[in-house]
Amino acid sequence: MDKTWNNKAWFLVLPVLVLVAFSAVIPLMTVVNYSVQDTFGNNVFFWAGTEWFEELLASDRFWEAMVRNLIFSFIILAIEVPLGIFIALNMPKKGWGVPVCLVLMALPLLIPWNVVGTIWQVFGRNDIGLLGYYVNALGVDYNYVQDPFDAWVTVIVMDVWHWTSLVVLLCYAGLVSIPDAFYQAAKIDGASRWAVFRYIQLPKMQRVLLIAVLLRFMDSFMIYTEPFVVTGGGPGNSTTFLSIDLVKTALGQFDLGPAAAMSLVYFLIILLLSWVFYTVMTNYDAER
Amino acid sequence: MNLDFSWMAWTWPTAAFFIVIALMLCGMGVWEYVSPGGNPRVGVLRFETTRGDRLFLSLLGSAFIHLAWLGLIGPNLWWALALSVVYAIGVFRYV
Repeated sequence: MDKTWNNKAWFLVLPVLVLVAFSAVIPLMTVVNYSVQDTFGNNVFFWAGTEWFEELLASDRFWEAMVRNLIFSFIILAIEVPLGIFIALNMPKKGWGVPVCLVLMALPLLIPWNVVGTIWQVFGRNDIGLLGYYVNALGVDYNYVQDPFDAWVTVIVMDVWHWTSLVVLLCYAGLVSIPDAFYQAAKIDGASRWAVFRYIQLPKMQRVLLIAVLLRFMDSFMIYTEPFVVTGGGPGNSTTFLSIDLVKTALGQFDLGPAAAMSLVYFLIILLLSWVFYTVMTNYDAER
Repeated sequence: MNLDFSWMAWTWPTAAFFIVIALMLCGMGVWEYVSPGGNPRVGVLRFETTRGDRLFLSLLGSAFIHLAWLGLIGPNLWWALALSVVYAIGVFRYV
């Protein structure tokens, strides 16, 4: 029997390989090279060995930013995933309400990140911002510029406003793919609303929920623009996440060696988490 | 055309590191050519892995072994390298 496939198709991947080489591999190699050297500019480098990695691993600043980032990711997942499921469950499944809801849900996703940051920066100000002014008028002492707790609340609410829609749209896609026969069978069996959710809707949403959790975790773990625009990492360092700390080190202090070492550790953590999520997702598919 | 790569700040140790990675990938390519299919199997992790997965796990784990050694013990990384080799053999044998 003739072979139904051959390896010549791999040549079609070559353009992508060239693009990835220029956009990812060469920059990554450069970062590795920078991470073991020191520079004062003008392409003059001095060998530093593992010094920057040792400094980074012993640095409280790095670990504090890491803990802040993990707490932030945990909080936004704990809010966005249940909220996204709740909204998706209550969205209309047919009629004119469907396109209206879908467009409304898609709107925050279409706004560029720096614009979202600017919107919330103004929105939260207690002198001219609608939110800040009225929250203060209600007697709550809210000032995200000076109070770390208020800054955290602002950044979290902003992220929830910006990204819950993504979870909603993914869950909604999972829900509309459930055939009516499932609901009819549940009705005949006299299943409660909770039983329908637990045994029909939730299992059917599991795959899209995994994707949603993966995407939101990765995005929130790498978040930069929105908190940078709103709080600049402050007050103090209270909202300085890993990426903000990295940019401060690389571009603010021009410490390219330490920044490269930090980038690599950050990259390895992201790579590990991506692998874990990918493995969980693919094994879940295989089990099904 | 004169290509200037001085901005990439190459050093011999980092070049050697990338050459070793490239050689490993070439070796995997040859291995795949000789024995196609990736040798999928279910190991101690209880899910299917190919030999490409096992190389990825070996490299990623080795990176973390080196970082942990650097953070917890000290800058002499030869023992971390030895430990990584043992770890990689374990991954290829049991995962």
